[in-house]
Amino acid sequence: MRLNYPPNVKIILVPCTGKVDVIHMLQAIQKGADGVYCVGCLEGSCHYNEGNLRCRERVNHVRELLQEIGLESDRVRMYNLSSGEGPTFAAYATEMTEHIRKLGPNPLKKKPKGN
Amino acid sequence: MIVAKRKPFDEIMDLTKDYKKILLVGCGTCVAVCLAGGEKEVAVLAAELEMGRRLQDNPVELGSTTLERQCDREYLAQLDKTAGDYDALVSMACGVGIQFLAERFPNKPVFPAVDTCGLAVNQDVGWYEERCRSCGRCVLGITGGICPVTMCAKGLYNGPCGGTNKGSCEISADQPCAWNAIYDRLKAQGRLDCILAFSPPQEWKDTTPRTLLQPGYKKPEKAKA
Repeated sequence: MRLNYPPNVKIILVPCTGKVDVIHMLQAIQKGADGVYCVGCLEGSCHYNEGNLRCRERVNHVRELLQEIGLESDRVRMYNLSSGEGPTFAAYATEMTEHIRKLGPNPLKKKPKGN
Repeated sequence: MIVAKRKPFDEIMDLTKDYKKILLVGCGTCVAVCLAGGEKEVAVLAAELEMGRRLQDNPVELGSTTLERQCDREYLAQLDKTAGDYDALVSMACGVGIQFLAERFPNKPVFPAVDTCGLAVNQDVGWYEERCRSCGRCVLGITGGICPVTMCAKGLYNGPCGGTNKGSCEISADQPCAWNAIYDRLKAQGRLDCILAFSPPQEWKDTTPRTLLQPGYKKPEKAKA
């Protein structure tokens, strides 16, 4: 299809979004990622039955944690599509990029770390 | 097992805000199984604290470790060499473990990161239901294996009370009446006479810490020391 999507999106492959854990998303933000989004199969179409539902729960939990910490919860999102929807994948990448650009860079990047 | 839930982040932040070097200590037994204070939860709390403190321009240096158990000296001893390097310790163990950790390092401030919630069964991953209040006087033998102290809203040893209402408790239609369940089970087992057995009042006033020494484990040689 040779679709274009923003080059700032770094893809991390997992066997199923059910593999994505809270700590993976938190540490991505901690290390300076401006946003994290999980792209799972359509709800009801998970090959492992509930993997994408587990992921959605964890995404929602991370959003709560970010809010508690003092970061914008909307830096983390969940998207769903089928594996045949290449154009939708590119559209979500563009949407997320534009959304994060509006939020601005991760505020943690300017903050010095403890020793 | 003992179950616990993570304290709100703001409370942990507030407790620890004055300390610059903190060791987070998880516990690998009950609280790890109930997903509140094991290795994984220590990592999540560490990430949260590190980011939260940085955002408040009060960065913190964190160490993380998870002991097999915090209610056993032999495991706490593993921290003897490292605890001194930290200003404060944060324990993710149950209340027992937190206290034993604080007892081991009496000069270090020790803060809890979880609220201990009782003794519960595992209904599903992440879903726990209390079944025992560790009252110290088990009556399950005459109550059909249903604990009235835990399951009855009034904790009645002798029931039901006048508030039982078609299987529900008077406090809420969603709350099953424990004594109704006890009646049903005893009836099904043909042991309804058990419900007439009288349980004397529990000495709740004796709220001094209980000590348990299992039979056959007394050590006379230590009694002299």
